[in-house]
Parts: sequence; structure tokens; C-alpha cells
Amino acid sequence: MRASRIRSTAVTQMRSPLGRAIGLGSAKEGVEHWVVQRVTAIALVPLALWFVAAMIQLTGADFDTVQEWAGQPLPAIGLILLLIATFYHAALGLQVIIEDYVHGELARLGLVILVRLACISLAVAGIVAVLAMALGTPD
Amino acid sequence: MRSAERPLSPHLQIYRWQLTSVMSILHRAAGLALCAGSVLLVVWLVAAALGPEAYRGVQNFLGSGIGVALLLGWTAALFYHLCNGIRHLTWDTGHALDLRSTYIGGWVVVLATAILTAAAWAAGISHWVFNFASGF
Repeated sequence: MRASRIRSTAVTQMRSPLGRAIGLGSAKEGVEHWVVQRVTAIALVPLALWFVAAMIQLTGADFDTVQEWAGQPLPAIGLILLLIATFYHAALGLQVIIEDYVHGELARLGLVILVRLACISLAVAGIVAVLAMALGTPD
Repeated sequence: MRSAERPLSPHLQIYRWQLTSVMSILHRAAGLALCAGSVLLVVWLVAAALGPEAYRGVQNFLGSGIGVALLLGWTAALFYHLCNGIRHLTWDTGHALDLRSTYIGGWVVVLATAILTAAAWAAGISHWVFNFASGF
């Protein structure tokens, strides 16, 4: 118990108790980015493995089989969760890459915003496609 | 003396690569590749929602030589980023940060990526054969 407490606080023990409680660091932001990057990463472990297993099952399947599969409740829920976690994780990861390699402040901000908009657009497009197959008019 | 005349460090011609640093940059590269793969996932889903003709177009691309190569690369990138991501999450808890552990973990990730990628494709190909056989 004590050993693990020492280990977990070793990195932050140079900070004041108030600073640690607020948990924002000297830049006042970034902790949320760090946490959400990891939360989405953990969520993506089962989601990605499920997705690969599903794609293996669908290898060689025709259009009707794929559309019917994607429209079933559980696969639809899995796909929508996968899309949300993937594009949230991607937006955060791409932001870190941009902040590492793009040095002009305006270009950096512009690219981060562009990546955010692209990720949101792609996630929405994927979710709408899944919902259309799940709720679409039967004919 | 002008700084341009000094030798660069690291000296790239004789630089000895380490597993740990190569795996670090590959994690980022795999993440980028997966971003492109995620675009493909959305295109595939939208095509499936649009109808048979749109879907056939995507399926023809995915079945081509380039498509299969992309899917294979995407599978490897996914398993690599997944396994190495778990390695990173372990580090985040403060464990396995010593040099020996980072190398052992690194080789485990490389091995796991190769095995999982091969296993997924073996399973996929056997399903493909099965689906084709049952279609006739």
C-alpha cells in the first residue's frame, strides 16, 4: 500500500498540495487531454479486438450480409462506440503530432482545428451510416 | 567557426538504432496509418448504407492488390499500436520503466504483433474460403 503510494506520487511530489489538487500543471491545461487520450485508448482495446473479429467473420461476405450485420443492434452499438472512441483518440493523437512538428502558431492552431473538424465530420458520417442501416426503411 | 561546418549529432551514417526509439517512432507512424484506415472504415460504412452499387465500388478497391496490401498494413498497424499502447499504459502506472523491462516489453510487442496479424489473416482467409464454398 505504502510502496504504491510513494510510486504514484513520486513524479508530482515537487508540486504544492494545492497545485496537485487542482491538477492543471504550470500550463493550466493538458491534463484533460492526457486523461482522455488514455481513457479512449483503454476503451479501444476491446472495441478494436471486437472489430477485427467481426471483420474476420465478414471476410468474403456479400453486400446483403454486411448491411444486415451492421444494422443489427449489437454490431450497430459496437460500431458507433468504435467510431466515437477512434476519432476522439485520433483527434488527440494528431494534435500532439501537429504540436510537435508545426512551429508557426497560426498554422499550428489552424491545423489542430482542421483535424478536429475532420474527425468530427468522419465520426458523424460513420454514425449516420450505421444508424441508417439499423433504422432504415425496410423495403 | 560557422555552425554549418560542424558534424551533426547523432551521426546518421554510423548511428546504431535502438529497439526502444524505433518502436517509439513506429507507434506514432502506426497511429497515423490507423487514421487513414479509419477514413477507409467510414467510407466502407457509408458505402454499405448507400447501397449495392456504392458498396461494390469500395469492395472492388479493397479486393485489388493495393487494397489487400493496405488492409494487411492496416491490420499490422492496428495490432502494433494496440500492443504497444498497452505497453505505454503500463508505463503510465509507473511500472516496467527500467531499461531491461522496456526491451523485454518491446520484443513481446513485436512478437505479439506478428502473431496476431498472421492469426487474423489466417482466420480471415479461411472464412473467405468458407463463404465462397457455401455460396455455390
